[in-house]
Amino acid sequence: MNKEVRVPTMADLVAQGETPEILFWVGCAGSFDDRYKRVTKAFVKILNAVGTKFAVLGTEEACTGDPARRAGNEFLFQMQAAANIEVLNGYEIKKIVTACPHCFNTIKNEYPELGGNYEVIHHSTLLQQLINDGKITMKGGGSFKGRKITYHDSCYLGRANNIYEAPREVLEALDADLIEMKRCRTKGLCCGAGGAQMFKDAEPGNKEVNIDRTEEALATGAKTIAVACPFCMTMMSDGVKNKEKESEVAVKDLAELIAENNQL
Amino acid sequence: MAYLGQIAFIVIVGIASVILTKRIRRIRQNILLGKDTDRDDQPSARWRTMLLVAFGQQKMFKRIIPAFFHFLIYVGFIVINLEVLEFVIDGLLGTHRLFMPYLGDVYLVAMNIFETLAVLVVLACVVFLWRRNVQKVRRFHAQEMTKWPKLDGNLILVIEIILMFAILTMNATDQLLQTRPDSGYATTGTLFFSSLLMPLFAGLDTSTLIFVERFAWWFHIIGILAFAVYVTYSKHLHIFLAFPNTYYSRLVPKGQMDNMPAVTKEVQIMLGTQPENGESDTEEEVGRFGAKDVNDLMWTDLMGAYACSECGRCTSECPANQTGKKLSPRKIMMDTRDRLEDVGKQLDKGENGLEDGKSLLDDYISREELNACTTCNACVEACPININPLSIILQMRRYVAMEEAQSPASWNAMFSNIENNFAPWKFAPTDRFNWADELVTENRKAETEDRTND
Ligand code: SF4
Ligand code: SF4
Repeated sequence: MNKEVRVPTMADLVAQGETPEILFWVGCAGSFDDRYKRVTKAFVKILNAVGTKFAVLGTEEACTGDPARRAGNEFLFQMQAAANIEVLNGYEIKKIVTACPHCFNTIKNEYPELGGNYEVIHHSTLLQQLINDGKITMKGGGSFKGRKITYHDSCYLGRANNIYEAPREVLEALDADLIEMKRCRTKGLCCGAGGAQMFKDAEPGNKEVNIDRTEEALATGAKTIAVACPFCMTMMSDGVKNKEKESEVAVKDLAELIAENNQL
Repeated sequence: MAYLGQIAFIVIVGIASVILTKRIRRIRQNILLGKDTDRDDQPSARWRTMLLVAFGQQKMFKRIIPAFFHFLIYVGFIVINLEVLEFVIDGLLGTHRLFMPYLGDVYLVAMNIFETLAVLVVLACVVFLWRRNVQKVRRFHAQEMTKWPKLDGNLILVIEIILMFAILTMNATDQLLQTRPDSGYATTGTLFFSSLLMPLFAGLDTSTLIFVERFAWWFHIIGILAFAVYVTYSKHLHIFLAFPNTYYSRLVPKGQMDNMPAVTKEVQIMLGTQPENGESDTEEEVGRFGAKDVNDLMWTDLMGAYACSECGRCTSECPANQTGKKLSPRKIMMDTRDRLEDVGKQLDKGENGLEDGKSLLDDYISREELNACTTCNACVEACPININPLSIILQMRRYVAMEEAQSPASWNAMFSNIENNFAPWKFAPTDRFNWADELVTENRKAETEDRTND
């Protein structure tokens, strides 16, 4: 029943004289991190299933430079930005979707000043649009019906870019029982990985941020912790493991939940 | 003799004005030590922000109890200042209750409103003193909230209570004097709250009453002048700076970091992509990359430091602070102000304050604090007057990374991964697209399984 999934690259499409509707920016985590690769794959399956004409850059993609910039290395960031913008402009890209809020923020807000102007959306927004347009219909016999899900806000979607509702609407479409943590939306607690924290040990304190956040998520009684960011995914999964709850509680990206629901 | 009071009044107001002008000039010069940044665009959006956030207290109302009492003090402050206007004119002209004959009944109503507000202000101050000292609201008891910051917070509340009691005492004795024909005090009609205090003074003879009434009057007006000077040294400068600070707040998405055009230029030169006619640009001074000291920051950051009310809403939302790390965004703002004040003091003495062998980095803010920030923007979101502690943190990280190359070792490793492998992890760039092959294989496998199951 599954059709062959296709992952067209820009180079291929251009060779065939075609242009995609949208470029899927995979990001470093989406390309290399074993856990987040599953999100990339789920998202590509969805794109295939709804028949969106998309493409990826493949090996022509490089880190946006976000962690370098937040850690203070503006030179390195701008080198990365310049290279990426050259590739994107070379392909005359107009619209970009990405599953990583950090890539999203950087390309959307920070590349324009360096000569990269695109319409950039986060995959949660695209998924919400696909649901609203009826392109994704919820099948799977309501396997999520009444299942308790809590959503962990990503700082780079929420406070950084005011995207609070799209991910929630996606979850509601699953007919799941969405339970909010006390610190949510504008008051959401960071997973602890942003600002390049992902790439070094935390400073001494009395707790790790991800443990604090995981405790809060587990306290809701949810069996699924929904996330929409690769860093949040890692931090929350580590937290759940630390609490030895990985057999009961799953950490899932929005795209995975939809793919799962629709048996893609 | 008759003019003695007026002369004394003018001298006192004169002294206060001189001190105030000097203080304001100093603060202005300190703020202008910062680098220029363009915040004059979109005036209508800026006015709107200021009206909503500063005037309308929009962000205060995220926490309803303090918002309510803060609102009382805020309205009280604005309205009672109208009464101070009469004080000042009376003081200059040697008159008493100058406005009364002109306003008639309206005067009585206005006075009663002022008194009601005075009582509400006292109430609010008592509640705040209780929250600070008895209830011990957590955000008022952090490592940076000792000594002066702590005293400052309490002092101001006590001063406000005393000043309000001065008004009430003055009105109470005034009303008693109105009943004594020999005193020559004109009749105001009953002022509800102060008349409750009348029994306290009823036994005094007329001349003592006049003394108490005059004493309260002088106490109040001198108190207000002293308060004005005090405010310039206190966290209560926020009552004025909240307005420009919100007007000049960042209007771009919170996640967007400020660009560094100087770096763009260097990158373009390195890549050989600089615009053809870009060369003729007059070589502007590049200065330091990032911020080591206050003069490397933007003037908006420095204004924020003076505007900070030390309320700690930023710190109480900060994930690093909540998990016991040293970072506290409030402390970042307080340190910046302390450094500015220290630099200013030396400039006043004719020394070059910025070259005193100290700097904001290390002497005031430690690297450990800077490194702990997740750039989550919770502090920026929380600040009731749109201060941006993250801006300072990021500029200081830039100095550490680019001027000193002293970032934490694992960050340096991440930098070289990005530089060499185009990803923050040490993976071969050629493996970047492997997931697609995996996906196709996995999918085929699933398909075959499906078919065998059928
Ligand atoms: S941006 Fe940094 S300082 Fe501000 S709340 Fe987040 S971690 Fe704390
Ligand atoms: S920066 Fe804002 S939130 Fe933080 S203490 Fe100062 S006024 Fe309060």
